[in-house]
Amino acid sequence: MDSNLIAQAIFYLFAAMTVASAAVVVLARNLVHSAFALLFTFFGVAGLYVFLGADFLAATQMVIYVGGILILLLFGVMLTHKIYNVELRATTFQFVPGLALTLALFVLLVAVMLGTTWFAGTPRPLEPTTAEIGGLFLKDYILPFEVASVFLLIALIGAAMIVRRRPR
Amino acid sequence: MIGLTHYLVISAALFSLGIMGVLTRKNAVNVLMGVELILNSANINLVAFSRFAAGNLSGHVFAVFIIMIAAAEVAVALAIVLSMYRIVRSVELDRADRLKG
Repeated sequence: MDSNLIAQAIFYLFAAMTVASAAVVVLARNLVHSAFALLFTFFGVAGLYVFLGADFLAATQMVIYVGGILILLLFGVMLTHKIYNVELRATTFQFVPGLALTLALFVLLVAVMLGTTWFAGTPRPLEPTTAEIGGLFLKDYILPFEVASVFLLIALIGAAMIVRRRPR
Repeated sequence: MIGLTHYLVISAALFSLGIMGVLTRKNAVNVLMGVELILNSANINLVAFSRFAAGNLSGHVFAVFIIMIAAAEVAVALAIVLSMYRIVRSVELDRADRLKG
């Protein structure tokens, strides 16, 4: 019972960290602050995955989002601004209509989510998922898996082609 | 006890914040961060339903696909942003108006 309470406390900690740092991402005046707040959002989501028993996904989240996507975004910030000249202000526009629309959307989503009676099976026991995910990839989802590899190759070539300096 | 709705509410909050980032930010990199928040909220939903409702791990497989697509999307989008910066010397989205008549 006591450990259950501690688990709940940790869950709410992760949830609060995720949502609060996502708010910082959206509201911060400084682009670099946004990027670093995004780190905590990704970390919090990885923690929520752990609570959902998704050990493989939590590790993937840490490796790909924190190690890959966030670094790419930081590169994007640094390469498109002069670092020493403090031009990193993020301007917002139409802030009040955006805020109103966001709040309306949030209220609508929560109302729908709380109002629906979801089909509730028995929750999976907390056990390792990696072997089963691997089996699904190589049996049921073999075609999307192969298409995904081609897709990644296309994205790689496309990104390199777009940033290439064209010979004049 | 922590149930399905807890995760759904968190993911709704992340989704709304992501939409707000996409709508109100001018900087293209910041808009991309909003898109990442939206994709993460979708992932939380998939994994939560996979645990509480489906009873199998298909949701995890779809979440892996979404993470992969997010990585490819960021790579291509940043290539476009850098290319735009080279042409108009700015990453503010309303400066990309070359096609405007």
